[in-house]
Amino acid sequence: MHGNRSKGGDFFSVKRSKLILSDGVSFEGDVPSWQAEGQIGEVVFSTGMTGYTESLTDPSYSGQILVFTYPLIGNYGIDESSYESLRIYASGVVVDTLEHDWSHSKSTKSLLQWLKEQNVPIIFNVDTRALTKYLRTRGTTIGSIGKSAEKIASIKPFTKFVRLENPREFIKKGAKKVILVDCGSKENIVRSLSSMPISLKVVPYDYDYTESENYDGVFISNGPGDPQDYKQTIEIIKKALKIGKPVYGICLGSQLLALASGAKTYKMQFGNRGHNQPCIDLETKKCYITSQNHGYAVDDKSLPTNWKVIFRNLNDNSVEGIAHKTKPFYAVQFHPEACPGPTDTSFIFERFYKSL
Amino acid sequence: MKAIKDIKRAVIIGSGGLRIGQAGEFDYSGSQAIKALKEEKIYTILINPNIATVQTDSDMADKVYFQPLNVETVTKILEKERPDAVLLSFGGQTALNLGLKLYDLGVFKRLNIRVLGTPVDVIKTTEDRDLFKVALSQIGTKTARSIAAETLNDAIKAADKIGYPIMMRSGYSLGGLGSGRIDNKTQLKERVAEVLKAVPQVLIEEYLMGWKEVEYEVVRDSLGNTITVCNMENLDPMGIHTGESIVVAPSQTLTNEEYHHLREVAIKTINHLGIIGECNIQYALNPADGDYRVIEVNARLSRSSALASKATGYPLAFVATKLMLEKPLYELRNSVTGKTSAFYEPALDYIAVKMPRWDLAKLKSSDHNIGSEMKSVGEVMALGRSFPEALQKAIRMLNIGAKGLSDHPYTFSDPLKEIYPATDRRIYAIYEALRKGHSVDKIHDLSKIDNWFLWQIEKIFKIEKTLKTSTKLEYDLMLEAKRNGFSDYVIAKLVNSDEQKVRAKRISLGIKPVFKQIDTLAGEYDAETNYLYSTYHGNVNDITPLKKKSIIVIGSGPYSIGSSVEFDWSAVNTAKTLQKNGYKTIIVNSNPETVSTDYDRSDRLYFEELSLERMQDIADFENCKGIVVSVGGQIANNLALPLGKLKYPILGTKPQDIDRAEDRQKFSSMLNKLGVDQPNWEEVTNLSRAKKFASKVGYPILIRPSYVLSGGAMNVVTNERELEEYLEAATRLSPDHPVVMSQFITGAKELEIDGVAQDGKLIIYAISEHIENAGVHSGDATVVYPAQELYIATIRRAKEITKKVIKGLNITGPFNIQFIAKNNELKVIECNVRASRSFPFVSKVSGYNFIEIATESMLGKKNDKHYKTLELDHVAVKNPQFSYNRLKGADPVAGVEMASTGEVACFGNDESEAFYYSWLATDQNIKGKNLFVSLSDAKKHTFTDSLKALSEQGWNLYSTPGTHKFLIDNGIKTTRLHKLSEGKKPSIASAIDERKIDLIVNVPTNNGLITTDGYKIRRLAVDNHIPLISNSETGKLLIKCLGDPALHNMQPKSWDEYVPRP
Repeated sequence: MHGNRSKGGDFFSVKRSKLILSDGVSFEGDVPSWQAEGQIGEVVFSTGMTGYTESLTDPSYSGQILVFTYPLIGNYGIDESSYESLRIYASGVVVDTLEHDWSHSKSTKSLLQWLKEQNVPIIFNVDTRALTKYLRTRGTTIGSIGKSAEKIASIKPFTKFVRLENPREFIKKGAKKVILVDCGSKENIVRSLSSMPISLKVVPYDYDYTESENYDGVFISNGPGDPQDYKQTIEIIKKALKIGKPVYGICLGSQLLALASGAKTYKMQFGNRGHNQPCIDLETKKCYITSQNHGYAVDDKSLPTNWKVIFRNLNDNSVEGIAHKTKPFYAVQFHPEACPGPTDTSFIFERFYKSL
Repeated sequence: MKAIKDIKRAVIIGSGGLRIGQAGEFDYSGSQAIKALKEEKIYTILINPNIATVQTDSDMADKVYFQPLNVETVTKILEKERPDAVLLSFGGQTALNLGLKLYDLGVFKRLNIRVLGTPVDVIKTTEDRDLFKVALSQIGTKTARSIAAETLNDAIKAADKIGYPIMMRSGYSLGGLGSGRIDNKTQLKERVAEVLKAVPQVLIEEYLMGWKEVEYEVVRDSLGNTITVCNMENLDPMGIHTGESIVVAPSQTLTNEEYHHLREVAIKTINHLGIIGECNIQYALNPADGDYRVIEVNARLSRSSALASKATGYPLAFVATKLMLEKPLYELRNSVTGKTSAFYEPALDYIAVKMPRWDLAKLKSSDHNIGSEMKSVGEVMALGRSFPEALQKAIRMLNIGAKGLSDHPYTFSDPLKEIYPATDRRIYAIYEALRKGHSVDKIHDLSKIDNWFLWQIEKIFKIEKTLKTSTKLEYDLMLEAKRNGFSDYVIAKLVNSDEQKVRAKRISLGIKPVFKQIDTLAGEYDAETNYLYSTYHGNVNDITPLKKKSIIVIGSGPYSIGSSVEFDWSAVNTAKTLQKNGYKTIIVNSNPETVSTDYDRSDRLYFEELSLERMQDIADFENCKGIVVSVGGQIANNLALPLGKLKYPILGTKPQDIDRAEDRQKFSSMLNKLGVDQPNWEEVTNLSRAKKFASKVGYPILIRPSYVLSGGAMNVVTNERELEEYLEAATRLSPDHPVVMSQFITGAKELEIDGVAQDGKLIIYAISEHIENAGVHSGDATVVYPAQELYIATIRRAKEITKKVIKGLNITGPFNIQFIAKNNELKVIECNVRASRSFPFVSKVSGYNFIEIATESMLGKKNDKHYKTLELDHVAVKNPQFSYNRLKGADPVAGVEMASTGEVACFGNDESEAFYYSWLATDQNIKGKNLFVSLSDAKKHTFTDSLKALSEQGWNLYSTPGTHKFLIDNGIKTTRLHKLSEGKKPSIASAIDERKIDLIVNVPTNNGLITTDGYKIRRLAVDNHIPLISNSETGKLLIKCLGDPALHNMQPKSWDEYVPRP
């Protein structure tokens, strides 16, 4: 069993600080004394009880300060094999009890060491429940660890995610060719698709695969930010819909598909982030627990008549999945690839494969 | 099979008396099931002889049977009631096993009764290891390699194949009975022989010691919608039964991958099996590589599910009942939020820590090692926002004299020896090992406890060191200590201050706990929940004080010997009465196996420690009108004086008056003043005084330390040598540790009065008598109400004394007085100014709710009603439920120290009938007509008539030489068996081995004195699951009952056939 012991020295020295929101409300906590004044981000909370490594490396969190509602974070250290991308994308972390001493056979470092290496600020010993309840009533808001309210009020932190400059052939295991549009894809979407006997090409959000590629299906990934900002991506999807080959989407991908179909999206008050979101398949009445991380949703009233809602959230009734009534266009708001979270809906990938 | 829509009447089978492995959790789950069925307008019939439960209250099921849970009686009830359906999942292993038997006998089919929920063949698959393994392997789910064996030879072969050490388990068991690690063939032979006497099959399994132990609670509806409500991780890895382990929820050391992999396996497995309702799946998880084995699936509500319900706020039993009625899970609402779906998995934003409560010290000569068999008698659950905070709370909740991990009452010569093999003191041994400078790695090597937990414990140790050396209590240190669970009392001890000073200082620094809600969704949705806990990790309260006049009811704390479900019943009924009278109620309790901790039983539920500090925190915050200390048993009662001294408003009898009853000296001088007789007693601090007292009053003498924590140091000595031995060995006699000696009156009757008074005036009372002579602890005695054999003069005299005492103590509220009667003399043994163990019993037998009357009396409501409690048209007998088969080596003789874990009661038209059925209801099963008797000389003659009658009824009697000769001389036929000490066959041991004996009556020569032969016989009886009676009065009565054919053909009557409903 491995584990990290307190080594003493500066690494563990702390100072009092605050998480300051753009409306001036602040929440007290401690920060490492070596930590620079924090970056700005949209403050969002996730109710997942495990999976901090997966969440922090999920590109959908770029530009966001992530509050963990579970109060003990860092217990099992950091295991690189559970990264969902090459680095931490969240721009800050808020926790209650930060565990320095970790224990797991696969891990190599503590959460704090990792954050320090990647220069991502953290604030701990925060009343995260009070903060969560505030965000729930006030709605998602911009904030900063340590910076004053005036400085952050005017800043819009989000920029589109670009991981790939150019398209990349990923694997070639079969005749069917699949395009994965990478708007900030989690690694497990790539893993899930590449476990199938297909050829996979991963392309950036602005790459027009309808012009240059001879494909059998398109898969649009998750990603950060407001879907309406992805104008180019939407235009390309519109073309893909005309071509009529299967188009599937996850999370942001489902919102982009909705926008391409002519429907609208809206910003939710505080989004759904966690591993316990219950969804119902409206046709089979079968229910699933899903992993989610989104602040925008599809407006069901705006869906064109040849489209339908296929999944709904059992708690707030929001749209969790849409599909075309006759064509192979299908998208879900939740994360069938899990990581973090439950694996109930991994069948979505099989369904995609069968549609090819 | 009947359609669900045609189900109008349903029978719920309860779990009977509380015992090790099956405690109060089934009162909780049964109560929720009844509520859920009633909501669906289904007429509910409950069979449960446990009279102290909430589920058997008149406002719960439509009909209640206080009857034995055996095939014969339950079949008769089913024939009489003709229900449409039966529920087997809410009465623990008792109900499940009974249900399977009834099913196999074709009773359900014959009577066209549908078994609701998980189909019986699925239950059988989960109960039979072989079927289970085959079913799981069909979907690639891994189970421990294991081979079933029905003979010793097969077991040996199996063990050779798997390789030692192996794990032995027995099929169809509750709480892991007969399970354990086996290192070699010799051990195997010994254990297999013993276990095969009780069960038809043993399992020889791959040994998974040191793997993590993880459980998931799974809910599935009839459409196949499945969720895991909660996962839990045992701090103590595989090798220690989960009921003996410290358990945390949610898991703390599992990665996302491990957590969700096991979750996925759970859902796949439960879907494959086809469970409907709720179940529990247990895993072993290899910490080295994440490999797993499914250990078992419990296809019913369990202790773990009760814990999961309380840890998450998800009402598992209620939801399970609805699912058994084929409601889709997604149509049910989350009852905490009221607006979200019940198809969801709770997100916790706190940690729950469960700790077992043992009482091994009270159960003399049982060993203190813990392992794969359950020995604990209760548990507590603590909630916090860090592990040290919750752990230290849990330790205080246990009521074992520890005010925190660093402040435990134990001494260790070598703590490492209690870490492995583990004892009930392991967690304290770990702390001591750290104190002695042993490393975390060393402790891990011994215990295999994950280092994460050990470092958390080390953190507590480091803070203790800092506190000890600090000169000033600065803000940072104070906050750090409180966030890590240190109580004001312990901090005060470490910095040489006192508790209230530390409290004042802390508050002046602005450090106060905040109260947070349990809302099942980690704050994501707004919830009107009243389920609360305290934490120092935070600065915002989720709630504001209740506006209307509120009253705090202090609950029972953990179940332990002497404090059981009866105090939960009292707390629940008090809260109910307060609400009825227009008060807001606040319940504080720490026991997850209770109904009082269901959040719909009060306006506010604080799941908290019952300490002075926390009661102050809650009372200060709520600014309550009153605190009820008299319905939660001794823990609550002990808080009366300290709270009273700090001017908190105690409802009912004044704290200083409670103290006058509790303090032996004060109580005694009051009795003298009132002219009330009492047994001679004296508090002594040295041996010569002790001897002097003994020569004055004569032997035998009852002797005990004046301050008994939870330890069983009470004893009876019959001569000076024993007195010396006791005083030298058992206690350290000193001015600081005095010993109380009292005259032990033999051959006397014992009676009790339970009652309610107001301003020192008697309002209602009930007189009951013990069948056993005085000397058996009242908690272990067989109690008859109304008393059948007392003289009217005795009753009148007892009532007169009672009136004097309650006036003397100026009692308002519940009380209980115990008397000894001999030769027309009546002596008072003790008076409890609180609700007693027998309150639910006398309430349900008389038809008057004593707690309701007591509560209204405390509220100052005038009451001049007349209650008819002396002469009833029926008799009820309360019988103790023992758990000796769980406790290797404990001597199963009732004595001055309480040892029963629960109780049951049955009604009858006369004493014999009520006694016989309540005795059967303690899970006794006489298989044939072969009786072994062994009687002391003094008692022999009293058995002559009844044994003669029994013999005439076709019973075969067996006896040891002395008894044999006596019986032959009196013309009673018996077969002579050799004494064990003679070493010859046929002996009682060989007769038992050959299964020739169906009942054993073995009366010890003298109360408290244990002869080797007698002890061995009693132990053989218990280990071989043969009913045993070891008291001469109950023995006589039972033999009389067995010889009366009319008693065996009774038609079971329901409660309302005896006591009409109000």
